[in-house]
Amino acid sequence: MANVSRRAFLQGAGAVAVALTVPGCDRLTRQVEGRRASYSFFSADEAAFIEPAVARLIPADELGPGALEADVPVFIDRQLAGAWGAGAGLYRAGPWRAGQPGQGYQLPFTPAELFRKALRAIHEELARTAPDSFGALPTADQDAYLQALEKGGRDLGGVPSEEFFASLLELTVEGFFSDPVYGGNRDMVGWKLVGFPGAYANYYEFVDQHGVAFRRPPVSLGQGAGEVG
Amino acid sequence: MSNRRDEVDAVLIGVGLVGTVLGRELTKAGLRVVGLERGEPRNTVPDFQGPAMHDELRYAVRLALMQDASRETVTFRHSPRDTALPVRRWASFLPGTGLGGALVHWNGQMFRFQDHDFRMRSHTIERYGKDFLAPELAIQDWGVTAAELEPYFDRFEYLLGVSGKAGNIQGRKIPGGNVFEDPRSRDYPTPPQKEPYGSALFRRAALELGYHPYPQPSANLSQPYTNPEGMRLNSCVFCGFCERFGCEHFAKSSPQTVLLPRLLADPNFELRTGCQVLRINLDDTRRRATGVTYIDPRGVEVEQPATLVILGAYSYNNVRLLLLSGIGEPYDPRTGKGVVGRNYAYQTMSYPQVFYDESVNINPFMRSGANGTMIADFAGDNFDHGPLGFVGGAYIGEIMTNGRPIGFHPTPPGTPSWGSKWKRAVARHYNHTSTVNVHGSSVATRYNYLDLDPTYKDAWGLPLLRMTFDFPENDLRMSAFCTEKTVEIARIMGGQLVAGSPRTRPYDVTEYQTTHNTGGAIMGTDPATSVVNRYLQSWDVPNLFVIGACAYPQNASYNPTGTLGALTYWAADAIVTRYLKAPGPLVSA
Repeated sequence: MANVSRRAFLQGAGAVAVALTVPGCDRLTRQVEGRRASYSFFSADEAAFIEPAVARLIPADELGPGALEADVPVFIDRQLAGAWGAGAGLYRAGPWRAGQPGQGYQLPFTPAELFRKALRAIHEELARTAPDSFGALPTADQDAYLQALEKGGRDLGGVPSEEFFASLLELTVEGFFSDPVYGGNRDMVGWKLVGFPGAYANYYEFVDQHGVAFRRPPVSLGQGAGEVG
Repeated sequence: MSNRRDEVDAVLIGVGLVGTVLGRELTKAGLRVVGLERGEPRNTVPDFQGPAMHDELRYAVRLALMQDASRETVTFRHSPRDTALPVRRWASFLPGTGLGGALVHWNGQMFRFQDHDFRMRSHTIERYGKDFLAPELAIQDWGVTAAELEPYFDRFEYLLGVSGKAGNIQGRKIPGGNVFEDPRSRDYPTPPQKEPYGSALFRRAALELGYHPYPQPSANLSQPYTNPEGMRLNSCVFCGFCERFGCEHFAKSSPQTVLLPRLLADPNFELRTGCQVLRINLDDTRRRATGVTYIDPRGVEVEQPATLVILGAYSYNNVRLLLLSGIGEPYDPRTGKGVVGRNYAYQTMSYPQVFYDESVNINPFMRSGANGTMIADFAGDNFDHGPLGFVGGAYIGEIMTNGRPIGFHPTPPGTPSWGSKWKRAVARHYNHTSTVNVHGSSVATRYNYLDLDPTYKDAWGLPLLRMTFDFPENDLRMSAFCTEKTVEIARIMGGQLVAGSPRTRPYDVTEYQTTHNTGGAIMGTDPATSVVNRYLQSWDVPNLFVIGACAYPQNASYNPTGTLGALTYWAADAIVTRYLKAPGPLVSA
């Protein structure tokens, strides 16, 4: 706990769970229960960190749902449980050395191994220092904890915390903006936020209508991408 | 114990652009040809079809069409003093694999290098004097001129059906085209693609400053087209899924859409996919190739004898196979001697952005891979370098290719990388931002080069290629100058804020820049400083031709594929009309 004082956590003890100012809270509760039942990679302890963490990376706010409501944890879970998590496309032969800036990822871990190690270390650390689960802390304390991970220089079971944080943030953005067939971007909320129309196949009649606001609802692979026009 | 197949007239290593064109030209000349492709067979139908192809995560992020780095990658370091480490995940550049090669997943940006690019050393000395060349520069002439290549540029553009507007037809300058281009014999086969909004804003700003904007030449076609091979292409519909994707619409020129079906129908041609070539075999004199050895899809080692060998894999894979086969003297940066691996170069990119107010809908998702507007006023030597102290330049253009949101969600400088402020900025700017590309040249230097890694191996137990590279001083100065010029244009494109900074060191292999890796098996006029002669024929082994962007002595401001297509037809023509009649060196050493 380099940057978040123990006192900050104690001050947060007993804080009520953060009230989500999103419409449809009942639905959200049901959604959370369904999500937890569907995890194939995350343990309950791991999910208890990942879910509130992604909710801070992309929060629900007046602009609409955030990463948690978009089922980003489900996306991350499936990615880590699948071929990518097992290191598909990752060169994995040693010897292993720390690289210089610009030489890229040089840890011996697959993404799944990296998450498992880092999440275990985070769980143990929080169990020692915080009286409540990560999700029960005030959001300012959650943010401070995530910022400390991001800043780096801390060891999470062999994983530098900045590597873990960068990977978590990257997966969160992927889960928010990838096609819903991968489990995140539920109801295409990420695409609706920015106005990306998804998997449409044809803008021939629109491209030279300069400045036209394209307001059609997005289309996902699961729906079958249609032609526009 | 190797399985030995019957000898064929020619064997192709790689069936992408080079393999497809050479296969076609050699079988038409009556040769029996075998094409060895390490990847999978694939075609527009069924492999590239929608809606499945419109999947950013699978293709653009997880790189489904790219080489599997778990089996074969490169190692990388910034200088000979450093220890190279494997590029464990592709990012800065994305080598493809599979039938059709990189021309399946390219953006279709189709240029001709200019005459001063081909004669960079002699041209620079002629214009600025010998003292102008900084000691770090290892730039060389190519041994060909734009005029010699013109018929081959023309042929390649008509094969692809390129959409564009000429700026110089037989010496007649045409406003609205690239007035800096060397004379072309005729106009492009199809007119330019439609101009998107951000590109139109760039065009007006560039005109206001007195520059010469023109539509980027595109291999995503503006209208239906039937090429000289009888292949029919469709109009591009601006779906925004070009680079890193196959085109489902038959609108992007690729081997599959312009030529490959003709080759595959030829009884003189045999395609073998899933075949990983390990080496080119030589006879005892080491002056003649006897064929190649490869691992077939079942894992069995096979020897394929051939009278003629065409090495047409991706740029640096060509270099690696030469080194693994012991062909040509490896380059040594300590002595400056040797040839194989010298003059590795890249591309020097920067990307200023214009942030608009919310009334300006840029609609970044309505694009093709090559339908922007650009200027060549600062490309190559199209401007006076005398007072500037560098060589080379950049083309500058609003040539955005897509609005896929995992990769594209621009925010102004100073925005946090997560949290509510980030989310608000992403929502605010996604549809109201233009990116202007500064597509800069890359000089060769003594210490940027390729060799075999002493430590790391591929899945077949062979040494990986080692890349030693960082941006030369010359190119940092070039980038600073051209980026500043770009920001001046961007400031009058009507936005509220312009952000942009030039390329800096160190080179970062985790940031996508371009897949324009050049050099390492360069062409030239002197066997002491080049691997192949002006016809891309090996100086050491005359029945071996090495065709790829590995032949470029340094990289120019323009995307390399158009020039590679021209060189491919140029080499094919020399093989068919001269070499086959009298096999031997086409240029005496």
